[in-house]
Parts: sequence; structure tokens; C-alpha cells
Amino acid sequence: MARIAGVNIPTNKRVIIALQYIHGIGPKKAEEICEKVGIPSERRVVDLTDAEVLQIRETIDRDYVVEGDLRREVAINIKRLMDLGCYRGLRHRRQLPVRGQRTHTNARTRKGKAKPIAGKKK
Amino acid sequence: MARSIWKGPFVDGYLLKKAEAARASTRAEVIKIWSRRSTILPQFVGLTFGVYNGHKHVPVNVTEDMIGHKFGEFSPTRTFHGHAADKKARRG
Repeated sequence: MARIAGVNIPTNKRVIIALQYIHGIGPKKAEEICEKVGIPSERRVVDLTDAEVLQIRETIDRDYVVEGDLRREVAINIKRLMDLGCYRGLRHRRQLPVRGQRTHTNARTRKGKAKPIAGKKK
Repeated sequence: MARSIWKGPFVDGYLLKKAEAARASTRAEVIKIWSRRSTILPQFVGLTFGVYNGHKHVPVNVTEDMIGHKFGEFSPTRTFHGHAADKKARRG
């Protein structure tokens, strides 16, 4: 069991895969980290030495923004748009798609589950 | 796709002149503009622009945070007050 970047405890999967359980690390960054630390791609988390775990932890701390810090950064960016009173901010405030998608239909990811409209059907 | 850096920010030329004139005159006045497509530049900070939304000039007080956005972003062109309740539903 290895704790990396706070609360994440990836399992006995390959390191590249396990690292992606951390918020803010995807396939690309996981690959980068493995390359920097020099871990072969087929190595599993259980087979890591303590020194390697430490190295991974240091690399992430030094070069990447992950988990809480990343979430906070994103939230701040969105808040900036909302406070600015620009169009994108308005869309965020109303929980509508920000990038010009149609809202006549679809847009369910932003709008949430469809709410029935009273009296729509006769 | 982001705009190439070598092009620089896009601004309609006459805005620069208008902004300069506004700076020169001491009275703080709303500068009416129609150019929603222009980027907000650092030299516009502190001025108030009336950005046309097809209906009227919406006053926009330019702050430092707005640099890099376009004027049009601060002057919504659509009004939506929500859907009125369905007539049949109200009757029933």
C-alpha cells in the first residue's frame, strides 16, 4: 500500500495505471512521471521500493498540481469569471454550457436530470 | 484554437483614439462603442465603455481582471426571463 499525494492509495496495478487514480494525473502525466523516476512500465505498485515511492512523491510535489490544490485552482478560475460579469461567468452562474453548445436539447451534463414541465402534455 | 501571438491582440483602431481622447478630457464619460469584437487592452483600464448589445449601450467599467477578454463578453445580447407557466396547466 502506497500513499502518494495525500489520500490516494492505488492498488496492486501497474504504476502508470495506479498514478491515474490521483486527480490531475492522466495517461500523459503518469507516463512522464514514470520516465522521470525511471520505472519500467510493467512494474506494479506493490513491487516498488520505498526509495522509488519517495521519488515519485517528490516528483509530483515538485512538478505537478494535483488533488486539492488543483480543485482549488479550478474553482478560483471559475469564480473569477463569475465575479467579472462576463458571458462565460453568467453561464457558469446559471449552470448552463459555457462554450456555445446548444441547449434546446441535450446539455444534460450541465443542466442535470431532466425536470418535467408541468402541463406540457395535454 | 488560440490566436497566434505574432498577430498581437485584435482591437479596432478607432478605439485607441477614443480612449486617448477620454483620458485627455478630465470628465469621466461613457464611451459609446459598437466594436464588441475588440480585445480589452491595459490602457483601457479605469475607463467606462458603453458596449452596444444591438439594443442599447451597456456601461462596462473596465477593471484589470478584464484585460484579454473581448468587450462583447460584458454586454449580453439575449434576454431570457424564464418560461412563462403553461396556460393549460394554470387553468387546470
